[in-house]
Amino acid sequence: MIKTIKMPSFGSDMAKGMVAEWKVQPGDTVHRGEVIATIETMKGLIDMEVFDDGVVEQLLAPVGQPLQVGEPIARLQLTGVADEGVEAETEEHAVITESQPAPIEPKTEAAVSPSNIVEQRPLISPAARKQAEQLGIDWRLLGPGSGPNGALVLADIESREVTPPADSGQQMRQAIAAVVSRSKRDIPHYYLELDIPLAAAHAWCSEYNKGKPAAELVLINALIYCALARALAEFPQFNGFYREDGYQTQSSVHLGNIIKLRSGGMVVAALHDAQLLGAAGMMARLKDQVIRARGGGLRGSEVQDATVTVSNLGERGVDRIQGVIFPPQVALLGIGRVRTVPWVQEQKIVPMTLASFSLAADHRVSDGHDGARLLNRIAALLQQPEQLA
Amino acid sequence: MKDKKALAESVCRQIRDIAPDADTEQLDPNDDMREALDLDSMDFLRLIEALSRELEVTIPEVDFARITRLSKMVDYLSARLSASD
Repeated sequence: MIKTIKMPSFGSDMAKGMVAEWKVQPGDTVHRGEVIATIETMKGLIDMEVFDDGVVEQLLAPVGQPLQVGEPIARLQLTGVADEGVEAETEEHAVITESQPAPIEPKTEAAVSPSNIVEQRPLISPAARKQAEQLGIDWRLLGPGSGPNGALVLADIESREVTPPADSGQQMRQAIAAVVSRSKRDIPHYYLELDIPLAAAHAWCSEYNKGKPAAELVLINALIYCALARALAEFPQFNGFYREDGYQTQSSVHLGNIIKLRSGGMVVAALHDAQLLGAAGMMARLKDQVIRARGGGLRGSEVQDATVTVSNLGERGVDRIQGVIFPPQVALLGIGRVRTVPWVQEQKIVPMTLASFSLAADHRVSDGHDGARLLNRIAALLQQPEQLA
Repeated sequence: MKDKKALAESVCRQIRDIAPDADTEQLDPNDDMREALDLDSMDFLRLIEALSRELEVTIPEVDFARITRLSKMVDYLSARLSASD
Protein backbone atom coordinates (compact mmCIF):
# COMPACT_ATOMS: atom_id res chain seq x y z
CA MET A 1 0.00 0.00 0.00
CA ILE A 2 1.20 3.50 -0.81
CA LYS A 3 1.03 6.26 1.75
CA THR A 4 1.36 9.89 0.84
CA ILE A 5 3.51 11.84 3.26
CA LYS A 6 2.48 15.44 3.67
CA MET A 7 4.20 18.62 4.77
CA PRO A 8 3.88 18.27 8.56
CA SER A 9 2.60 20.94 10.90
CA PHE A 10 5.10 21.56 13.66
CA GLY A 11 2.66 23.40 15.87
CA SER A 12 -0.55 25.32 15.33
CA ASP A 13 1.41 28.43 14.43
CA MET A 14 2.99 26.89 11.34
CA ALA A 15 1.40 27.41 7.93
CA LYS A 16 4.27 26.67 5.57
CA GLY A 17 7.42 24.64 5.46
CA MET A 18 10.16 23.84 3.04
CA VAL A 19 12.24 20.73 2.56
CA ALA A 20 15.80 21.89 3.23
CA GLU A 21 17.31 18.47 2.73
CA TRP A 22 16.14 14.98 1.94
CA LYS A 23 17.87 12.37 4.10
CA VAL A 24 16.53 9.53 1.94
CA GLN A 25 16.31 8.69 -1.72
CA PRO A 26 13.76 6.72 -3.68
CA GLY A 27 14.33 3.03 -3.01
CA ASP A 28 15.58 3.53 0.55
CA THR A 29 14.04 1.41 3.29
CA VAL A 30 12.90 3.46 6.25
CA HIS A 31 11.65 2.59 9.69
CA ARG A 32 9.20 4.29 11.98
CA GLY A 33 10.91 7.12 13.84
CA GLU A 34 13.67 7.54 11.28
CA VAL A 35 14.48 11.07 10.11
CA ILE A 36 13.68 11.35 6.40
CA ALA A 37 14.03 15.07 5.81
CA THR A 38 15.04 18.35 7.36
CA ILE A 39 12.23 20.86 7.14
CA GLU A 40 12.95 24.55 7.28
CA THR A 41 10.40 26.47 9.30
CA MET A 42 10.53 29.86 10.90
CA LYS A 43 11.51 28.02 14.07
CA GLY A 44 14.62 26.83 12.33
CA LEU A 45 15.52 23.48 10.85
CA ILE A 46 13.49 20.58 12.19
CA ASP A 47 14.13 16.91 11.54
CA MET A 48 11.06 15.18 10.18
CA GLU A 49 10.43 11.62 11.26
CA VAL A 50 8.46 8.99 9.37
CA PHE A 51 5.61 7.22 11.15
CA ASP A 52 5.63 3.90 9.27
CA ASP A 53 7.99 1.24 8.04
CA GLY A 54 8.32 1.21 4.28
CA VAL A 55 10.27 1.93 1.16
CA VAL A 56 10.50 5.45 -0.24
CA GLU A 57 8.83 5.39 -3.62
CA GLN A 58 9.00 8.98 -4.72
CA LEU A 59 10.09 12.36 -3.41
CA LEU A 60 7.58 14.95 -4.53
CA ALA A 61 8.77 18.11 -2.85
CA PRO A 62 11.82 19.77 -4.37
CA VAL A 63 14.39 21.06 -1.94
CA GLY A 64 13.91 24.75 -1.29
CA GLN A 65 10.31 25.16 -2.36
CA PRO A 66 7.96 26.52 0.30
CA LEU A 67 4.82 24.41 0.60
CA GLN A 68 1.62 24.71 2.59
CA VAL A 69 1.16 22.37 5.51
CA GLY A 70 -0.67 19.29 4.22
CA GLU A 71 0.73 19.33 0.69
CA PRO A 72 2.14 15.99 -0.42
CA ILE A 73 5.92 15.77 -0.20
CA ALA A 74 6.71 12.08 -0.71
CA ARG A 75 5.22 8.65 -1.33
CA LEU A 76 6.01 5.65 0.80
CA GLN A 77 5.39 1.99 -0.06
CA LEU A 78 4.38 0.55 3.30
CA THR A 79 5.97 -2.73 4.30
CA GLY A 80 3.80 -5.56 5.52
CA VAL A 81 0.63 -4.03 4.11
CA ALA A 82 -0.85 -5.81 1.09
CA ASP A 83 -1.03 -3.69 -2.03
CA GLU A 84 -4.67 -3.59 -3.00
CA GLY A 85 -4.22 -0.75 -5.39
CA VAL A 86 -5.68 1.62 -2.82
CA GLU A 87 -4.00 4.73 -1.58
CA ALA A 88 -3.62 4.84 2.18
CA GLU A 89 -5.31 8.18 2.24
CA THR A 90 -7.45 8.27 -0.86
CA GLU A 91 -8.72 11.79 -0.35
CA GLU A 92 -5.25 13.00 -1.16
CA HIS A 93 -5.29 11.43 -4.56
CA ALA A 94 -7.12 14.33 -6.13
CA VAL A 95 -4.77 16.81 -4.56
CA ILE A 96 -1.77 15.10 -6.04
CA THR A 97 -2.92 14.86 -9.63
CA GLU A 98 -3.20 18.54 -10.53
CA SER A 99 -0.53 20.34 -8.59
CA GLN A 100 1.88 17.49 -8.21
CA PRO A 101 5.44 18.77 -8.49
CA ALA A 102 7.76 16.85 -10.76
CA PRO A 103 9.10 13.86 -8.82
CA ILE A 104 12.75 13.99 -7.94
CA GLU A 105 14.68 11.11 -9.41
CA PRO A 106 17.29 9.29 -7.41
CA LYS A 107 20.53 11.25 -7.22
CA THR A 108 22.34 8.44 -8.98
CA GLU A 109 20.66 9.29 -12.25
CA ALA A 110 22.97 11.71 -13.96
CA ALA A 111 20.19 13.08 -16.14
CA VAL A 112 18.88 15.19 -13.30
CA SER A 113 20.74 18.41 -12.97
CA PRO A 114 20.51 20.07 -9.59
CA SER A 115 19.25 23.27 -11.14
CA ASN A 116 15.81 21.91 -11.89
CA ILE A 117 15.45 20.65 -8.36
CA VAL A 118 16.29 23.83 -6.56
CA GLU A 119 14.38 26.14 -8.88
CA GLN A 120 15.62 29.70 -8.32
CA ARG A 121 17.28 28.99 -5.01
CA PRO A 122 21.01 28.33 -4.90
CA LEU A 123 22.39 25.12 -3.44
CA ILE A 124 24.14 25.61 -0.14
CA SER A 125 26.41 23.51 2.03
CA PRO A 126 25.27 22.80 5.59
CA ALA A 127 28.18 24.76 7.06
CA ALA A 128 27.49 27.72 4.82
CA ARG A 129 23.82 27.60 5.71
CA LYS A 130 24.61 27.59 9.40
CA GLN A 131 26.97 30.52 9.02
CA ALA A 132 24.45 32.43 6.92
CA GLU A 133 21.78 31.93 9.55
CA GLN A 134 24.09 33.06 12.29
CA LEU A 135 24.99 36.17 10.35
CA GLY A 136 21.38 36.86 9.47
CA ILE A 137 22.07 36.56 5.74
CA ASP A 138 19.17 35.35 3.62
CA TRP A 139 21.13 32.94 1.41
CA ARG A 140 18.11 32.32 -0.79
CA LEU A 141 18.55 35.78 -2.22
CA LEU A 142 22.18 35.18 -3.11
CA GLY A 143 23.35 34.17 -6.55
CA PRO A 144 25.21 30.96 -7.29
CA GLY A 145 28.28 30.26 -5.19
CA SER A 146 31.72 28.92 -5.98
CA GLY A 147 31.08 25.28 -4.98
CA PRO A 148 30.12 22.32 -7.21
CA ASN A 149 27.02 23.05 -9.32
CA GLY A 150 27.08 26.63 -8.13
CA ALA A 151 26.54 25.69 -4.52
CA LEU A 152 27.17 28.33 -1.90
CA VAL A 153 30.04 27.32 0.36
CA LEU A 154 31.34 28.81 3.58
CA ALA A 155 33.75 31.15 1.81
CA ASP A 156 30.90 32.62 -0.26
CA ILE A 157 28.95 33.49 2.84
CA GLU A 158 31.91 34.93 4.66
CA SER A 159 32.77 37.18 1.75
CA ARG A 160 29.29 38.75 1.66
CA GLU A 161 28.27 41.95 3.25
CA VAL A 162 25.87 41.33 6.09
CA THR A 163 22.38 42.06 4.83
CA PRO A 164 19.54 42.87 7.22
CA PRO A 165 18.09 39.71 8.76
CA ALA A 166 15.41 37.96 6.75
CA ASP A 167 11.87 38.62 7.82
CA SER A 168 11.69 35.27 9.61
CA GLY A 169 11.76 37.10 12.94
CA GLN A 170 8.78 39.13 11.84
CA GLN A 171 7.07 35.98 10.59
CA MET A 172 7.57 34.30 13.91
CA ARG A 173 6.21 37.37 15.69
CA GLN A 174 3.07 37.18 13.55
CA ALA A 175 2.68 33.47 14.20
CA ILE A 176 3.02 33.94 17.94
CA ALA A 177 0.52 36.80 17.72
CA ALA A 178 -1.99 34.54 15.98
CA VAL A 179 -1.64 31.77 18.56
CA VAL A 180 -1.88 33.96 21.65
CA SER A 181 -4.79 35.94 20.20
CA ARG A 182 -6.64 32.70 19.59
CA SER A 183 -5.76 31.53 23.07
CA LYS A 184 -7.03 34.68 24.77
CA ARG A 185 -10.15 34.70 22.59
CA ASP A 186 -11.13 31.05 23.03
CA ILE A 187 -9.72 29.95 26.36
CA PRO A 188 -11.22 31.23 29.62
CA HIS A 189 -8.00 31.34 31.62
CA TYR A 190 -7.82 31.33 35.36
CA TYR A 191 -4.61 31.90 37.32
CA LEU A 192 -3.26 30.57 40.60
CA GLU A 193 0.04 31.12 42.37
CA LEU A 194 1.90 29.44 45.17
CA ASP A 195 5.23 30.27 46.80
CA ILE A 196 7.12 26.99 47.07
CA PRO A 197 10.12 26.66 49.40
CA LEU A 198 13.10 25.22 47.56
CA ALA A 199 15.60 24.82 50.39
CA ALA A 200 15.33 21.03 50.29
CA ALA A 201 15.65 20.95 46.50
CA HIS A 202 18.67 23.25 46.65
CA ALA A 203 20.34 21.16 49.33
CA TRP A 204 19.76 18.02 47.29
CA CYS A 205 21.34 19.58 44.18
CA SER A 206 24.38 20.88 46.08
CA GLU A 207 24.92 17.47 47.62
CA TYR A 208 24.44 15.66 44.33
CA ASN A 209 26.76 18.04 42.48
CA LYS A 210 29.55 17.94 45.03
CA GLY A 211 32.80 16.88 43.37
CA LYS A 212 31.19 16.30 39.98
CA PRO A 213 32.57 17.81 36.77
CA ALA A 214 30.48 20.47 35.01
CA ALA A 215 29.23 17.97 32.46
CA GLU A 216 27.45 15.94 35.13
CA LEU A 217 25.89 18.70 37.20
CA VAL A 218 22.15 18.87 37.75
CA LEU A 219 20.57 22.32 37.83
CA ILE A 220 17.64 22.88 40.14
CA ASN A 221 15.43 23.45 37.10
CA ALA A 222 15.78 19.81 36.15
CA LEU A 223 14.57 18.74 39.57
CA ILE A 224 11.67 21.20 39.37
CA TYR A 225 10.66 19.88 35.94
CA CYS A 226 10.59 16.35 37.38
CA ALA A 227 8.22 17.53 40.11
CA LEU A 228 5.97 19.28 37.59
CA ALA A 229 5.78 16.25 35.33
CA ARG A 230 5.02 13.80 38.12
CA ALA A 231 2.33 16.03 39.60
CA LEU A 232 0.76 16.56 36.16
CA ALA A 233 0.62 12.80 35.64
CA GLU A 234 -1.72 12.67 38.66
CA PHE A 235 -3.96 15.47 37.39
CA PRO A 236 -5.33 14.53 33.98
CA GLN A 237 -7.43 17.69 33.71
CA PHE A 238 -4.26 19.72 33.03
CA ASN A 239 -2.50 17.38 30.64
CA GLY A 240 -4.26 17.09 27.31
CA PHE A 241 -5.88 18.83 24.37
CA TYR A 242 -9.11 20.76 24.00
CA ARG A 243 -10.39 20.54 20.44
CA GLU A 244 -13.73 20.94 18.65
CA ASP A 245 -14.94 17.63 20.02
CA GLY A 246 -14.10 18.53 23.60
CA TYR A 247 -11.31 17.72 26.00
CA GLN A 248 -9.14 14.67 25.70
CA THR A 249 -6.60 13.91 28.38
CA GLN A 250 -3.24 12.42 27.37
CA SER A 251 -1.86 9.39 29.12
CA SER A 252 1.75 10.57 29.22
CA VAL A 253 3.17 13.97 30.14
CA HIS A 254 5.11 15.52 27.28
CA LEU A 255 6.34 18.61 29.06
CA GLY A 256 6.74 21.54 26.66
CA ASN A 257 9.83 23.53 27.52
CA ILE A 258 9.95 27.05 26.13
CA ILE A 259 13.37 27.64 24.62
CA LYS A 260 14.29 31.16 23.65
CA LEU A 261 16.03 31.16 20.30
CA ARG A 262 19.07 33.38 20.20
CA SER A 263 17.91 34.72 16.85
CA GLY A 264 14.64 35.91 18.41
CA GLY A 265 11.35 34.21 19.11
CA MET A 266 10.98 30.88 20.81
CA VAL A 267 10.26 27.25 20.29
CA VAL A 268 8.39 24.88 22.59
CA ALA A 269 10.18 21.54 22.71
CA ALA A 270 8.49 18.52 24.27
CA LEU A 271 10.27 16.41 26.86
CA HIS A 272 8.59 13.10 26.10
CA ASP A 273 7.27 10.97 28.98
CA ALA A 274 8.72 13.48 31.40
CA GLN A 275 7.01 11.86 34.38
CA LEU A 276 9.34 8.87 33.99
CA LEU A 277 12.57 10.87 34.10
CA GLY A 278 14.85 11.27 37.10
CA ALA A 279 16.70 14.51 37.75
CA ALA A 280 19.92 13.49 35.97
CA GLY A 281 17.99 12.15 32.97
CA MET A 282 15.90 15.31 32.84
CA MET A 283 19.04 17.45 32.96
CA ALA A 284 20.62 15.56 30.08
CA ARG A 285 17.47 15.93 27.98
CA LEU A 286 17.15 19.65 28.74
CA LYS A 287 20.74 20.32 27.78
CA ASP A 288 20.59 18.28 24.62
CA GLN A 289 17.38 19.98 23.57
CA VAL A 290 18.64 23.53 24.09
CA ILE A 291 21.69 22.77 21.99
CA ARG A 292 19.61 21.29 19.18
CA ALA A 293 16.92 23.97 19.33
CA ARG A 294 19.54 26.64 18.76
CA GLY A 295 21.71 24.71 16.33
CA GLY A 296 18.94 23.10 14.27
CA GLY A 297 18.02 19.46 14.62
CA LEU A 298 14.97 19.33 16.83
CA ARG A 299 12.78 16.43 15.83
CA GLY A 300 9.31 17.00 14.51
CA SER A 301 7.80 14.97 17.32
CA GLU A 302 9.50 17.24 19.84
CA VAL A 303 7.94 20.32 18.32
CA GLN A 304 4.51 18.74 17.91
CA ASP A 305 3.82 16.64 20.96
CA ALA A 306 3.82 18.90 24.05
CA THR A 307 0.75 18.20 26.17
CA VAL A 308 1.37 21.07 28.62
CA THR A 309 3.92 23.90 28.68
CA VAL A 310 6.33 25.34 31.25
CA SER A 311 7.53 28.92 31.15
CA ASN A 312 10.62 29.53 33.18
CA LEU A 313 10.93 33.30 33.14
CA GLY A 314 12.45 33.25 36.58
CA GLU A 315 15.77 32.90 34.79
CA ARG A 316 15.15 36.41 33.48
CA GLY A 317 14.66 37.82 36.92
CA VAL A 318 10.89 38.09 37.35
CA ASP A 319 9.11 36.82 40.43
CA ARG A 320 5.85 35.63 38.86
CA ILE A 321 4.35 34.76 35.51
CA GLN A 322 0.75 34.79 34.40
CA GLY A 323 1.05 32.82 31.24
CA VAL A 324 -0.90 32.39 28.04
CA ILE A 325 -1.94 28.82 27.30
CA PHE A 326 -0.84 27.33 23.96
CA PRO A 327 -3.96 25.89 22.33
CA PRO A 328 -5.00 23.09 22.12
CA GLN A 329 -3.28 22.60 25.48
CA VAL A 330 -5.20 23.52 28.61
CA ALA A 331 -2.52 24.58 31.07
CA LEU A 332 0.71 26.51 31.35
CA LEU A 333 2.93 26.39 34.41
CA GLY A 334 5.18 29.30 35.28
CA ILE A 335 8.29 29.28 37.41
CA GLY A 336 9.45 32.56 38.90
CA ARG A 337 12.86 33.64 40.08
CA VAL A 338 14.48 31.59 42.81
CA ARG A 339 14.85 34.13 45.61
CA THR A 340 15.39 34.36 49.34
CA VAL A 341 12.68 36.04 51.41
CA PRO A 342 11.66 36.34 55.08
CA TRP A 343 9.47 33.35 55.91
CA VAL A 344 7.61 32.42 59.03
CA GLN A 345 8.42 28.94 60.23
CA GLU A 346 7.42 27.65 63.65
CA GLN A 347 6.64 31.19 64.80
CA LYS A 348 10.07 32.46 63.81
CA ILE A 349 11.08 34.58 60.88
CA VAL A 350 13.73 32.75 58.88
CA PRO A 351 15.34 33.40 55.49
CA MET A 352 13.79 31.04 52.95
CA THR A 353 14.80 30.22 49.39
CA LEU A 354 11.68 29.87 47.29
CA ALA A 355 10.12 30.46 43.90
CA SER A 356 6.59 31.50 42.98
CA PHE A 357 4.93 28.86 40.86
CA SER A 358 1.93 29.80 38.79
CA LEU A 359 -0.70 27.97 36.86
CA ALA A 360 -2.74 29.34 33.97
CA ALA A 361 -5.46 26.84 33.23
CA ASP A 362 -8.51 26.43 31.00
CA HIS A 363 -11.67 26.88 33.05
CA ARG A 364 -13.68 24.83 30.57
CA VAL A 365 -11.74 21.78 31.69
CA SER A 366 -10.76 22.35 35.32
CA ASP A 367 -11.69 24.48 38.32
CA GLY A 368 -9.57 26.48 40.69
CA HIS A 369 -9.91 23.79 43.29
CA ASP A 370 -8.15 21.26 41.01
CA GLY A 371 -5.48 23.81 40.16
CA ALA A 372 -4.80 24.51 43.82
CA ARG A 373 -4.36 20.80 44.46
CA LEU A 374 -1.95 20.53 41.52
CA LEU A 375 0.24 23.38 42.80
CA ASN A 376 0.25 21.94 46.31
CA ARG A 377 1.21 18.55 44.96
CA ILE A 378 4.18 20.13 43.16
CA ALA A 379 5.16 21.80 46.43
CA ALA A 380 4.97 18.50 48.31
CA LEU A 381 7.10 16.71 45.72
CA LEU A 382 9.76 19.39 45.92
CA GLN A 383 10.08 18.89 49.68
CA GLN A 384 11.25 15.32 49.01
CA PRO A 385 13.77 15.78 46.26
CA GLU A 386 15.36 12.37 46.83
CA GLN A 387 12.10 10.87 45.53
CA LEU A 388 12.58 12.75 42.26
CA ALA A 389 16.12 11.57 41.68
CA MET B 1 50.30 28.50 29.80
CA LYS B 2 47.85 31.04 28.47
CA ASP B 3 48.12 34.62 29.66
CA LYS B 4 45.04 36.47 30.87
CA LYS B 5 44.38 38.10 27.54
CA ALA B 6 44.35 34.72 25.82
CA LEU B 7 42.13 33.32 28.55
CA ALA B 8 39.66 36.17 28.10
CA GLU B 9 39.62 35.44 24.37
CA SER B 10 38.95 31.77 25.04
CA VAL B 11 36.05 32.63 27.29
CA CYS B 12 34.57 35.05 24.75
CA ARG B 13 34.96 32.54 21.94
CA GLN B 14 33.13 29.89 23.94
CA ILE B 15 30.38 32.37 24.80
CA ARG B 16 29.87 33.18 21.13
CA ASP B 17 29.66 29.49 20.39
CA ILE B 18 26.86 29.07 22.91
CA ALA B 19 25.15 32.40 22.25
CA PRO B 20 26.01 33.56 18.72
CA ASP B 21 24.15 36.84 19.22
CA ALA B 22 26.19 37.77 22.32
CA ASP B 23 28.26 40.88 21.72
CA THR B 24 31.39 39.98 23.63
CA GLU B 25 33.27 42.95 22.14
CA GLN B 26 31.11 45.32 24.12
CA LEU B 27 31.25 43.26 27.31
CA ASP B 28 32.51 45.15 30.31
CA PRO B 29 34.78 42.66 32.13
CA ASN B 30 33.30 43.80 35.41
CA ASP B 31 29.68 43.22 34.45
CA ASP B 32 27.82 40.06 35.33
CA MET B 33 28.08 38.14 32.04
CA ARG B 34 24.79 36.38 32.59
CA GLU B 35 22.92 39.66 32.67
CA ALA B 36 24.98 41.59 30.16
CA LEU B 37 24.81 38.82 27.55
CA ASP B 38 21.44 37.32 28.50
CA LEU B 39 22.84 33.91 29.42
CA ASP B 40 20.57 31.64 31.44
CA SER B 41 21.77 29.05 33.93
CA MET B 42 21.97 26.40 31.22
CA ASP B 43 24.05 28.68 28.97
CA PHE B 44 26.35 29.50 31.86
CA LEU B 45 26.76 25.85 32.76
CA ARG B 46 27.57 25.02 29.15
CA LEU B 47 30.18 27.78 29.18
CA ILE B 48 31.83 26.29 32.26
CA GLU B 49 31.62 22.84 30.71
CA ALA B 50 33.28 24.03 27.50
CA LEU B 51 36.05 25.86 29.39
CA SER B 52 36.67 22.84 31.65
CA ARG B 53 37.12 20.74 28.54
CA GLU B 54 39.26 23.21 26.62
CA LEU B 55 41.55 24.15 29.50
CA GLU B 56 41.41 20.81 31.29
CA VAL B 57 40.50 22.32 34.63
CA THR B 58 37.86 21.22 37.09
CA ILE B 59 35.50 23.99 38.18
CA PRO B 60 33.35 22.87 41.11
CA GLU B 61 29.82 24.20 41.33
CA VAL B 62 30.49 26.01 44.62
CA ASP B 63 32.80 28.36 42.70
CA PHE B 64 30.27 29.33 39.99
CA ALA B 65 28.88 32.32 41.86
CA ARG B 66 32.37 33.85 42.12
CA ILE B 67 33.10 33.77 38.42
CA THR B 68 30.11 35.41 36.77
CA ARG B 69 32.19 38.45 35.75
CA LEU B 70 34.66 38.02 32.93
CA SER B 71 37.48 39.60 34.96
CA LYS B 72 36.84 37.26 37.89
CA MET B 73 36.54 34.25 35.66
CA VAL B 74 39.86 35.01 33.98
CA ASP B 75 41.58 35.51 37.36
CA TYR B 76 40.09 32.28 38.60
CA LEU B 77 41.09 30.27 35.53
CA SER B 78 44.55 31.75 35.56
CA ALA B 79 45.02 30.80 39.22
CA ARG B 80 43.69 27.29 38.63
CA LEU B 81 45.95 26.75 35.66
CA SER B 82 49.11 27.98 37.38
CA ALA B 83 48.27 25.84 40.43
CA SER B 84 48.16 22.76 38.23
CA ASP B 85 51.42 23.57 36.42
